[in-house]
Amino acid sequence: MVNDKESQKIVDIIQNFARQSSLFVLAYGTGCGAIEIPPTMTSRYDAERFGIRGAATPRQADVLLITGYLATKSLKRVIRAYEQMQNPKYIIGFGSCTINGGMYWDSYNTINRLDMYIPVDVYINGCMPRPEAVIAGFAKLQKLIQAGKADGWDRYQKNLEFYRGNQKKIIHNWVMPDYNW
Amino acid sequence: MDIWKLLLTGSVTTVLAFVVGMLYMGLRRKITARVQNRVGPPIYQNFLDVMKLWSKKSSINHGFMQHVAPLWMIATSITTLMFIPILNNGSTFFTNLTFEGDLIMLLYLMVVGSLGMALGAGQTGNPNSAIGVTRGLTQMVGFEIPWVMALVALMIQHRTTTVAGLLDVQVQSGTWLMLSSPFAFIAALLAIPGMFRYSPFDIVGAPAELASGPISEFGGKYLGTMMTNGAIFAFVKLTLFVDIFMGGASNLGFLLLKTFALYMFPVLWGLVSPRFRTEQAVRFFWGWPVFFGVLGLIQAAI
Repeated sequence: MVNDKESQKIVDIIQNFARQSSLFVLAYGTGCGAIEIPPTMTSRYDAERFGIRGAATPRQADVLLITGYLATKSLKRVIRAYEQMQNPKYIIGFGSCTINGGMYWDSYNTINRLDMYIPVDVYINGCMPRPEAVIAGFAKLQKLIQAGKADGWDRYQKNLEFYRGNQKKIIHNWVMPDYNW
Repeated sequence: MDIWKLLLTGSVTTVLAFVVGMLYMGLRRKITARVQNRVGPPIYQNFLDVMKLWSKKSSINHGFMQHVAPLWMIATSITTLMFIPILNNGSTFFTNLTFEGDLIMLLYLMVVGSLGMALGAGQTGNPNSAIGVTRGLTQMVGFEIPWVMALVALMIQHRTTTVAGLLDVQVQSGTWLMLSSPFAFIAALLAIPGMFRYSPFDIVGAPAELASGPISEFGGKYLGTMMTNGAIFAFVKLTLFVDIFMGGASNLGFLLLKTFALYMFPVLWGLVSPRFRTEQAVRFFWGWPVFFGVLGLIQAAI
């Protein structure tokens, strides 16, 4: 009765509704994109009306916002922050740099495709995306969560060797525990 | 009173405290947003937050004490709630364990939750947590002194240590204690923002400075339990204050009206105030609030 498929479906709908309407964002201010976050959160665009608010630490956060290019050094910190977050967790890649490297595509110390290292649920295109685009990206993520399709955290656990291998190719002095959540 | 009725009324009171506290916190977010010229989240947003935190699929902890700390806090809050009379009309429904404990015991009980939080946060090993805990205990030393002075003044003046006794005094004389003992009231009122830890006394959490302080390593279900505890404990503090100083309430409508009016004091003060440093907060509490506390004690002794 409790564990049959139909009742699980109802529970999933309720839980996904709660998840999509309350997103605690950990804004990882790596690149220039971080400057678009304050206007998104404050009175002009007011993302809090959709339940989006900032989280202070990775443990409390649901969404990791990668704002812009990732240097190879900061990739290590992103991985640590991502693995400390509690499941289910989502990643939004913000700006062209996370998609194909953007204007840093031939730089020696930035990564080009974020998706090779951590699973991204939603990309927001642009250099820079304006706050409207950011909110549109969050709305897209909310639709995916409600449909149960935002499963980046699941893909990360299932394909851990793939992601770990790619990460270790970039980070040579790997001094973290191999699995730290 | 038999045990089943006690359990029933206790659970109803707990659910009432949870719902009211959550709605007040939602209203606080809405009012904050309107003051900042934003639309703000819906007032039921905090329920969604707690639901989401409880439906997290993983929650790691760093040891036994951190695992127990949120339970410790919520158990303390509910225990405190049981000893506080909700209504003053003598109905048997909301008098849970009211006549078993007095104000002195409540003074002790209300800080046990903070002790659990300190122990749990200490085990996480996060430096932000340790700083937050020391700040919280320092601030507690600050606001507890005028608060205790105000309560002791009332206890001396009316020769009773129970909340129910103070309620009876107000019902029989027809005046609220905030009018007959104004100095004690002012001292206690100025201690209230410190208890709620809203700005300018949000030195414990301090999101921009300490990464939310003691709770920085608590995620998922632990954080959800802590938010639930915060809602219940807010209701506990407001109801206790209304019972002691504002004559209690004869029905739930008046209770909501009075507690909400009281709740607006720390909220609206916080909206227009930046954060104090720790020593500024303690200096504030040991200044005018203690002065009014002394005046209240003199008034009680004469």
